[in-house]
Amino acid sequence: MFGWRTVRRVYAFFFFVLLIFFLWVTDFQHLKGYAVTLFLELDPLTALASVLTSHTLYKGLAFALLIVIPTLFLGRFFCSWICPLGTLNQVVSYLFNRRRPADAYPVNRYRPLYRIKYYLLAVLLVFAAFGSLQTGLLDPIAWIYRSFVLSVLPAIDRVAQGIFTFPAVFHGGVVVSFLFLVVLLANRFITRFWCRTLCPLGALLGVCSSWSLWRIRRDVDRCTHCLKCLQSCQGAADPDGAVRHTECLVCMNCVEACGEGALHFGLARPRSSVGRPLDVGRRRLAESIVCAVAAFPMVASSRSSRTTPDPLVIRPPGALPEEQFLARCIKCGLCMRVCPTHVLQPALLEAGLEGVWTPLLMNTMGYCEHYCVLCGQVCPTAAIRPISVQQKVGVAPFTQPVRLGTAFFDRGRCLPWAMDVPCIVCEEACPTSPKAIWYETTEAKGRDGRKVLLKRPFVQPDLCIGCGICENKCPVKDKAAIRVTSVGESRSRENRMLLKS
Amino acid sequence: MAERRRVEKCHDTQPLLSRRAFLGRVIGVSAGAAGLAGGGYWLHGDEPMRTPEVLVRRIKDFRVAPDPLRPLMAVVRGARTTPMVQEAVEKLGGISRFVARGDRVLLKPNVGWDRQPEQAANTGPELVGAVVQMCREAGAASVWVTDVSLNDPRRCFVRSGIETAVHAAGGQVRLAGREDFVETDMGGKVLKVWPVARFFHEVDKVINLPIVKHHSLSACTLSMKNWYGVIGGQRNRLHQAIHDSIVDLATAVRPTLTIMDATRVLKRNGPTGGNLADVARGETIIASLDEVALDSFCLGFLDLLPDAVPFLALAQERGLGKVAWRELSVVHSQVG
Repeated sequence: MFGWRTVRRVYAFFFFVLLIFFLWVTDFQHLKGYAVTLFLELDPLTALASVLTSHTLYKGLAFALLIVIPTLFLGRFFCSWICPLGTLNQVVSYLFNRRRPADAYPVNRYRPLYRIKYYLLAVLLVFAAFGSLQTGLLDPIAWIYRSFVLSVLPAIDRVAQGIFTFPAVFHGGVVVSFLFLVVLLANRFITRFWCRTLCPLGALLGVCSSWSLWRIRRDVDRCTHCLKCLQSCQGAADPDGAVRHTECLVCMNCVEACGEGALHFGLARPRSSVGRPLDVGRRRLAESIVCAVAAFPMVASSRSSRTTPDPLVIRPPGALPEEQFLARCIKCGLCMRVCPTHVLQPALLEAGLEGVWTPLLMNTMGYCEHYCVLCGQVCPTAAIRPISVQQKVGVAPFTQPVRLGTAFFDRGRCLPWAMDVPCIVCEEACPTSPKAIWYETTEAKGRDGRKVLLKRPFVQPDLCIGCGICENKCPVKDKAAIRVTSVGESRSRENRMLLKS
Repeated sequence: MAERRRVEKCHDTQPLLSRRAFLGRVIGVSAGAAGLAGGGYWLHGDEPMRTPEVLVRRIKDFRVAPDPLRPLMAVVRGARTTPMVQEAVEKLGGISRFVARGDRVLLKPNVGWDRQPEQAANTGPELVGAVVQMCREAGAASVWVTDVSLNDPRRCFVRSGIETAVHAAGGQVRLAGREDFVETDMGGKVLKVWPVARFFHEVDKVINLPIVKHHSLSACTLSMKNWYGVIGGQRNRLHQAIHDSIVDLATAVRPTLTIMDATRVLKRNGPTGGNLADVARGETIIASLDEVALDSFCLGFLDLLPDAVPFLALAQERGLGKVAWRELSVVHSQVG
């Protein structure tokens, strides 16, 4: 007969492998209806925060109820049975945080430090209520998706090619890598540091588990206070005393460790000890809410893509208008995983502090493939709507293509314009029909007086969709002679230049 | 925090060294020092970097021996691609003339774009499938199909229908990844050393499978221009001397056989197309051993004259073939 701990390990392993599998198949060749967004949709924090920002529980986000409702009865089982980041933290702690029992007790005791996650949760939810979805910064599911997409998978691809078509290089990827490694390293000093201290999802589930009926219970008569349970407690829930159910990760380690049979998971028995409620009083909670309410207008008063259209904030095809986009994007990076050309890159501060790690098109890295709509297909929150190819390119019944921006020539850098050298690679690659780039055949006189026939290119702005292939394929490599900016993007009513469009 | 196992106390004293231990220590450290000095001497040099020598290869000539009894070009008109391809190759002497048992064969269709077959931006999958099939039947050890696409290569091969056609016929799609390019001396007028997909160095026979398309700068994309898909690197610079580049490429890669897909012809908005109104029915397959004559013949589909296409005359000067295709032995036939 296997113990509960073994069963939990099997579950955790299964879900971790499932995550890797989902990330592996999230590309053009393998994406065949797999529920690659499952973990993001199961995430109650994403569901709650996006309901606050946009007043709707979008499609698959309803799956979050599959986690919330059992949590109300069973406690934070998600954290040690399902959460892939929790599993990773646990494995790293298990391998690198090995201590003698006497040293393990203080590490696994509850500390007031662990209240931080509840304050973070309060701040993130207040921001969401104001329309700014920032949970993705610290949501463990978004965190692990992003870390794998922008850091771990590219690292694997570097050694063993085959994950990405083109070399996966991500803007500011080193920041994501660094934070990911710091979180893993923190386990060396405090077991499951992230889960105990920072995780806002854990905090949300902790609040939910305040009312759980099935819990870890300690029989006060049988308990000899040997502290064996504390030695392997993952959540720092004080199983040897009045158990902190909001911190308990239901890992079952204590039940397995107890030699006296004093601990069990279930309903209270006649001699069960009392539990301890959430260690965040009403006053502390009110303080953090007041702080967030006061801070938001200050943060929002900064110039950003929300307040002012930015030429380089070019969003994926099907992206919602910027304000709604920022209210729905959870920065998981799945669109960047599936993008075949890697034109989708994580923003650092280009779109303001709010827009950190949201997807931008950087045409030096790739271009938007004309018939590709994969980013919208994998977006769990429809920050990028799932549009069809017909809708994107504007064939019947659609009348207009989806425009991402407009291309502009830099005639001081363009070979035929500035240097009398034939080129028009941009025209060759332009995917629209008729092409948005056209040319005029002109006769130019070179330095030595010799005549050269040149084709000098122009952009016809009402045909340009802003895909950026012209910029990407321009032989003026470092800073192309034709560049796309966001003006003319379909999703914006303000960021327009033509009267007729 | 964990306690350290042994704690040095302030009144602990250093044990004295014996003579033996002293000599041992001195010899050990000296050996280390000598190693350091030797290593420094060995690594010392005047160059700021040590770079390994790169082997620069040349592409071999894939042509078969000429046969004066056979025509140089076979033009087959009809509606069904597969029998047309078989007929065209049969007229030039049959596939066994070109592919011997055990040969490794590489096919180079034009799969530059993420487009569907009807849009005529890529070689038709029926032609590619038929040629794979014929090579397999001739006893080829392996039939690889490759191209260095402009759009995402995986998408191009899937959406052009070529991947499915190749797999169904028993061939393999080989996409050139980052490590799959080999520095190659093209020996041309403008093209010197360029990275070439390594498959071209690993096969015995190469068959060119182009399609007839319009192109703004070179006027047309035919068989010789199809060799753009051989090289990697920053090839978008080739437009700056496009006619010389095309001839350089055609000089560097001499294929065993060329079979042109003129069943669909992209007449405008090339080479990408995208609008079915730009596609005309050509309903022709042409097999040829002379790329210049073939390209010259195909100008008719695009309503062009050889004068408008400078690379043809340049190629003829280079001895690659004959622009005046009517002076060569060309057979015409109709299938179905």
